[in-house]
Amino acid sequence: MTTTTQFWLNDRLITTSASAGMLVLDYLRKQERLVGTKEGCKEGDCGACAILIGELVDGRMHYQPVTSCLVPLGEMHGKHVVSIEGLNSRELSPVQDAMVNRCGSQCGFCTPGFVVSMSWYVMCAKGEPSRDGMKRAISGNLCRCTGYASIVRAGDDLVEGFGPGGNWESIWQADDRIKAMAEANMVPAYFNEMPKRLAAIAPHVVEPAHEGAPVDFHVAGGTDLYVQKGEHIPDGQVKILNRHPEMKGIRLEGDTFHVGALTTFEEFGANADIAKMIPRIQDYLFLIASLHLRNRATLSGNIINASPIGDMTILLLALDSELVFFEDDGQRTVAMKDFFKSYKVYDKRPREIMTEIIFPKVDANTRIHFEKVSKRKCLDIATVNSAIKIRTSDEGVIEAVNLTLGGVAAVPLWLPETAKYLVGKSIEPATLHAALDIAQGEISPISDVRGSADYKRLLARQFIIAHFVELFPDRMRFEQVV
Amino acid sequence: MKHYDAILHVRGESEYVDDVTPPAGMLHAAVFASNVAHGRIVSLDLEAARASDGVVAILTASDIPGANQIGGVIEDEALLAEGHVHFQGEPVALVVAESFEQALKAVAKIKMEVELGEIIVDPRVAFEKGEVIGVPRTFEMGDVEAAWAACDVVIEGRSDVAGQEHLYLETQRARAVPSEGGRLRVYSSTQGPYAVQKTVAKVLGVPHHVIEVDVRRLGGGFGGKEDQATAWGCLAALAAWNLKRPVELVLNRIDDLKMTGKRHPYSADYKIGATKDGKILAYAVRHYQNAGAACDLSLAVLERTLFHSTNAYNIANVRAFAASCRTNLPPNTAFRGFGGPQGMFAIESALTEVAEALGTSREEIQYRNLISDGDMFPYGQEVEHAQAQRTWEEAIDSFDYAGMRRAVDKHNATNTATKKGLAIMPICFGISFTATFLNQASALLHIYTDGSVSISTGGVEMGQGINTKIINIAAKALGIRESRIFVESTNTSRIANMSPSAASATTDLNGGATILAAGELMARFRTLMAQEFRINDPGTITIVDEQVLYRGEATGWDWEKLVNKAYMSRIALSSHAFYATPNVWFDKTKEKGRPFAYHAYGTAIIQVTLDCLRGIYDFDTVRIVHDLGRPINELVDLGQIEGGLAQGLGWMTLEELAYNDQGRLLSHALSTYKAPDGFFMPDDIQVILVEDSDNESGPYGSKAVGEPPLMYGIGAFFAIREAVRAYTGGQPMAFDAPLTPEKALLALHADKLGGLSAKRTAKSSVSAAIAAAVVAVIPGK
Repeated sequence: MTTTTQFWLNDRLITTSASAGMLVLDYLRKQERLVGTKEGCKEGDCGACAILIGELVDGRMHYQPVTSCLVPLGEMHGKHVVSIEGLNSRELSPVQDAMVNRCGSQCGFCTPGFVVSMSWYVMCAKGEPSRDGMKRAISGNLCRCTGYASIVRAGDDLVEGFGPGGNWESIWQADDRIKAMAEANMVPAYFNEMPKRLAAIAPHVVEPAHEGAPVDFHVAGGTDLYVQKGEHIPDGQVKILNRHPEMKGIRLEGDTFHVGALTTFEEFGANADIAKMIPRIQDYLFLIASLHLRNRATLSGNIINASPIGDMTILLLALDSELVFFEDDGQRTVAMKDFFKSYKVYDKRPREIMTEIIFPKVDANTRIHFEKVSKRKCLDIATVNSAIKIRTSDEGVIEAVNLTLGGVAAVPLWLPETAKYLVGKSIEPATLHAALDIAQGEISPISDVRGSADYKRLLARQFIIAHFVELFPDRMRFEQVV
Repeated sequence: MKHYDAILHVRGESEYVDDVTPPAGMLHAAVFASNVAHGRIVSLDLEAARASDGVVAILTASDIPGANQIGGVIEDEALLAEGHVHFQGEPVALVVAESFEQALKAVAKIKMEVELGEIIVDPRVAFEKGEVIGVPRTFEMGDVEAAWAACDVVIEGRSDVAGQEHLYLETQRARAVPSEGGRLRVYSSTQGPYAVQKTVAKVLGVPHHVIEVDVRRLGGGFGGKEDQATAWGCLAALAAWNLKRPVELVLNRIDDLKMTGKRHPYSADYKIGATKDGKILAYAVRHYQNAGAACDLSLAVLERTLFHSTNAYNIANVRAFAASCRTNLPPNTAFRGFGGPQGMFAIESALTEVAEALGTSREEIQYRNLISDGDMFPYGQEVEHAQAQRTWEEAIDSFDYAGMRRAVDKHNATNTATKKGLAIMPICFGISFTATFLNQASALLHIYTDGSVSISTGGVEMGQGINTKIINIAAKALGIRESRIFVESTNTSRIANMSPSAASATTDLNGGATILAAGELMARFRTLMAQEFRINDPGTITIVDEQVLYRGEATGWDWEKLVNKAYMSRIALSSHAFYATPNVWFDKTKEKGRPFAYHAYGTAIIQVTLDCLRGIYDFDTVRIVHDLGRPINELVDLGQIEGGLAQGLGWMTLEELAYNDQGRLLSHALSTYKAPDGFFMPDDIQVILVEDSDNESGPYGSKAVGEPPLMYGIGAFFAIREAVRAYTGGQPMAFDAPLTPEKALLALHADKLGGLSAKRTAKSSVSAAIAAAVVAVIPGK
């Protein structure tokens, strides 16, 4: 299947028949010789290859920073790809100027990626500019030279400049900030043309995702698939699932959430209903991945990857999620608790496509919490993670509970025995201690590069304690239970 | 002036090796490496790979026209394995294809059979078996054996410190381009252009002058490209030589992590003795260095471990022994600090034990024993211009250490869920290559008739800012504006026999040569102007802000007019100068000498908060007082201090190289090897530079800055350890770095492990980490 992909690369219209599965990074560096975008790891872990991808949403350009080492070229159809070269004007931009002034660049190899991420922040971030916001924008960028301090200072200069009383406050507050920046020569003038230009590209006509000829690879966010099989994908038949917007979006129908399979982590956290149900979702997402990866990684991808330590998987498992699959001959729904069979083996037929994740909305007496520890707090894979959904009576008696643990078995684990024990008990240290013992009988961690089996056992214990201490601070304090 | 390259960097316009437009017909290479750590090669099947799409050639040891040897210090390392393999990741064959992807695919089709040999990964085991590289060294001062008797407390203990991946963002790479007469130009990402030049020449069997090595810049080096860039330069050159076509070799991240050496892990046994009021009287230490499978720079690294075995402390009786132990890991190599940090970790561990035994604070013992002028280092150099006490005292005062300590103690008295830890880390680091002959450099300076200036030195720009500093220095020496000056690539045809950019000495050496080169030109200009003005003393002529002055007064002559006059008068507008660090020497037969031109000093305070439920920690603050002498460029130097600190903190905490007992690196990708990110580093870092400092041995009174700040990070270990012990009530805890969240949690809740083990449903062995955490290191008194 050769399909022509048409998109804008910086200020240039590209029409290419290059493989849909080719990485945007390789396309930029090898086909276009746009070598400002660097390859540091090809795993989405360093951000040296960061680019912006722009889409037309309701007549406005909507940009996101992503790592181009995990993005298939075929998905760029109808989009605006911005590499570092596309941010350059004759004069330095405020971001570039701040980085130069603060010596935020030493060897320079990571610098284009930082500049792209920081540029996204000043072009697109919502709310008031802040140091924390800027740091979150560069959470997917590694630098080995500076120790970050000078980069943070450069960020501070920008936050000050665009913030209240700053020289560029009016630009930040402008109704169309990118347009205001283009007029002030902070981004090249061609940015103003992009809505018109993208609107002129005819969308691909695509068959429903579960139909059509068999393919070698179904690519969704690609954040794990490219890490595992990156060298084979460009040569294979690829179905770009993100060409199916019908598989995105979050709907609350009555008391049930319907979450499109291609919903990204970032979209999930940004949904107001989700945020209401899981009040600390942003704190969890901060631990789960960098902004660049959260912009790409999908919920279904996280589930289908079937890693025993998938962060969103562990959370969704605790929410009593059901998975909806489509195949030529119809639809099937599988409870997530029954989905995982053994290590990376699960209940899905080869041609089935996951289209939706369904879970019930919780009532006011139900609380949800997520815990994760990894070697590095941010942008790291969990050693162990855990989620809980727990409903209690006003008197503190547990009425229903789901407890899940990742990294302690061959599959993302839910702990039925522990849950069974907890139901009907009141929240007090003795209950918890008994539950900890039962949970240890339900897990079977192994030693690996992320930690020893004993460490994982200990973490599992600590997380169960953490759930109760975090959710019921009035009934259980750290000192009472540890 | 900011960083000279920064404007190109922020626009993505800086060119690294493979960013330069490739020459027509360029081929791409990929390396087939051993996937076992030791054994005899029984067979190597290249057939399927040869038939693979796009493959042009597959090269093995038999294709090497010269010597199959890249060992720079000891000739013990093959470029391509022959007969035997000695570590996982050892290059065996080079696939050359039309594209990189094709080369990688062909690599996957190569089959090698190996008859497994014994695999050693532990340096102590290697030492027991006599697998020692070179000869173990011992530095001795005073009489330790006699001193123990005078001590009120004598403690024996052990410390272990793991390696560290350099994680330069730009992986290893080189491009070799053949030209007429069999000559080769090699574009290499190397800190040691001359090492690449002479090794390529050796491998090809040609004179050095046939090979030209050119280095524009590196995307980070940190020591990892001092010696270990050489193999990749040689492989690209070998392929270009054989195929008469340009060849590029770029390691992907996983290959880079698997195939290259790291910072050396060390294990040490120490014995330390002190009086009851905390004066250290004697220190004996035995260091076992994990060198990996070949020497590389291990013996020089080993030597620096000995040089820094007492850090910033004055100890009258010292015996420091160190052995370089051969194991089946990739050959470990230079990394910022070069063995010094490992030596310091052992003495800091030992001092901590003294404090615990005496029931006093760590900082009490540290301060009590800081060196001062007139003391002797164990290697026979007298302490001069010591800044240990000064930086310590300024840190204590400026940052209100007493207040910090009170706040931490109060927090710990009133909180259980979190504990805080505080540590002070003084550093004393010797500046100069300890191989004295390397302390030489040259500079080539051209002035063109428009007044613009071109400078070549042996210094390699790897982000540390050498080019910026060379411009700062040259502008000052010539009295002209910086924008007139361009620093050329580092090139072996312009600068011969250069030392690597290493040992923190690149600015000292190449800046020193630049001052001399500029001085020669200035002497010619002064003579010319003296003739022009008909005055006797050329010394009365100066150039300031591009104006020629006579006795400080304007003459109406400016730089451009002067340069033009010189040209028309047939005065040479180029100079080449040579600098050799004066007054450094070392006698290895006695292990005494004056190896260092001077020492760099500073003191850091590190505070951490530990989450006692989860075993994770955050750094609250790092406060540093650092001595830069009279800095040439404060902003650039600040970047070195902060960047070095980050690497040191990472080394002590989350950067964990996990090798299994088969010598396989398990943390072989950035998804498993974690270096500091922006949220790991504390927001609150303050650096104060010592004022009114000077340094007669550095250019314009400046001091080297590259390596020393890394060692501030060692304090992190002791800060976290203090926080853990604040929770456990002072339970013993091993000195085993990095102190990962895993080790922290296991130490916090060691008492819970037994209970958990009883509940096991699956078998799992007690890990070494736990063994280390629960086995008490009880001082033998």
